[in-house]
Amino acid sequence: MTRPLCFRLITAIAPLTAALLPACLLGLLAFLVFKGLPTLGMELFFGDTPPVAALLGRQPVWDGLWPACAGSLCLVGLTLGLSLFPGVGCGIFLAEYAPPRLKSLAGAAVDMLAGTPSIVMGLFGFTLILFLRHTFMPGATTCLLLAAGCLALLVLPVLIVGTREALEAVPQNLILTAASLGLTKNQRIRHVQLPAAAPGIWSGVILALGRAAEDTAVIMLTGVVANAGLPAGIGAKFEALPFSIFYTAAQYQSPEELQRAFGAALVLLLLAGGLILAARFFENRYRRRWQGSAA
Amino acid sequence: MMPQAGAHTGESRAALPALAAGLALLGIGLLFAMVIIAALPAFLDHGAGSVFTWSWRPYRGEFGILAMLSGSVILSVSALLLAWPLALALCFWIITSPRSPFLVPVRGCLRLMTAVPTVVYGFAAVFLITPLVRAGLGGSGFCWLAAALVLTLLVLPTMALIMEAGLAPRLSALCPGGLAVGLDRMELLWFFVLPLSRKTLLAAALLGLGRAFGDTLVPLMLAGNAPQIPAGPGDSLRTLTAHMALVTANEVGGAAYNSLFAAGALLLAVTALTSLMLRRIQAALDTGAEQQ
Repeated sequence: MTRPLCFRLITAIAPLTAALLPACLLGLLAFLVFKGLPTLGMELFFGDTPPVAALLGRQPVWDGLWPACAGSLCLVGLTLGLSLFPGVGCGIFLAEYAPPRLKSLAGAAVDMLAGTPSIVMGLFGFTLILFLRHTFMPGATTCLLLAAGCLALLVLPVLIVGTREALEAVPQNLILTAASLGLTKNQRIRHVQLPAAAPGIWSGVILALGRAAEDTAVIMLTGVVANAGLPAGIGAKFEALPFSIFYTAAQYQSPEELQRAFGAALVLLLLAGGLILAARFFENRYRRRWQGSAA
Repeated sequence: MMPQAGAHTGESRAALPALAAGLALLGIGLLFAMVIIAALPAFLDHGAGSVFTWSWRPYRGEFGILAMLSGSVILSVSALLLAWPLALALCFWIITSPRSPFLVPVRGCLRLMTAVPTVVYGFAAVFLITPLVRAGLGGSGFCWLAAALVLTLLVLPTMALIMEAGLAPRLSALCPGGLAVGLDRMELLWFFVLPLSRKTLLAAALLGLGRAFGDTLVPLMLAGNAPQIPAGPGDSLRTLTAHMALVTANEVGGAAYNSLFAAGALLLAVTALTSLMLRRIQAALDTGAEQQ
């Protein structure tokens, strides 16, 4: 039997692509490690400033990543603080309480939000500030709180879908048992389904954390700057790790600055890799927990 | 909630998830309303300085974004044309080599690659890809080809994973019988599974298109950002997303902001449409419409 050309072509290139992708990833990793590893150390984060003084904020750090790291940390913390309740709560609502019609409408809205490019979230924050300036608050400006709010919108679908899927994957017989023991719906959700779904929800939270930490487009429009020092408050401008990488790639003045950007890229890559591994760990634990009972 | 249920201690807790859902939906509604309302003036104004023209020369009062729109379309479609066949081939390899010792590492790499920050891709590509492109095509190396290559790498893992999730169960359903008849896995996949999997393949393409169209950092760092229609893969182009980042960084208001809002609304419209189409396809897949 003769095979069509496409078939022979795809059979031939299939193993090549399987080799190509890991090669790209390894190449990227090797390049960043080769360039960035020599810079890793206290120097990279704190420059010439003594680390303890820098950590306590007593002395400013001029030639290190610490302000960017601190900015990113505040940003991610604030984002989680803003998005955890609406995200997880909305996931619970959609999985357990929503009437079918609302469920499909809200599902469509969440899907559209998930597909929205991050720069549009940034534009939303930017527009909001322009609007506030022209109406109630002439002094409004882009800041840490605004950036965290827009990032919260960005990670919302991750949290909602993660929570919803974890809850819906809890085995039916567990729910039936709880109901037959006389638990009300709320008791059942609170004491049986949520604890059972917790690892799945955690993996969603960690994925959300990773998205908030790596996103650059949102914060570019909502208040990140290249030289702000440590974030002075939620109404102040701030630095962030991904933005400092982008900024240095475009505007570096000296080889040392470029070296620091390589270090920052390596740190960000390791952070993102570590977070996805952690998410996988929770996901696997979740699977293992229900593998026996789901059958 | 029913009125008599309010007195019941357990029932009152449903209010919290409902409140959370309300907040989340309010946020989504606000986002859409704000972006669309801000863009209305730009869409309604067709006089001089309209955004629907081909030339972007702010100093001469020309604020056209059609070149950026076509830049976005050209770049994302070319990245998709590169990535889709590669993703299909990769997915073929993954599901037809169940005993390969490389299967677990390759899948692990794929999952890791979905988590690589786009800014890291862009940063590394500035030093790895652009010199190669410069050597091959001349020019600065910051061009359509460089950005398309990196976008391909960016969307490929997600597309391959979606395809795998759709095709693998269908192949395993055919497997014992099909193998007994004397066909190998590759043939079963090509002749029996693939013709029934159009929707999965389309879903993967749409997802990749949405991601490629909406990505900001890769085009901004690699495509050169000249507001023009590229004549070839060695030419610079500017996407809507990169345009938005550049305008907010370099302009201080006025008519230039109109182009920013219009670009945002166009992006939102395209990606929202993509998401809705994906959703319909997914619903059809879930009800098994493809498998009769």
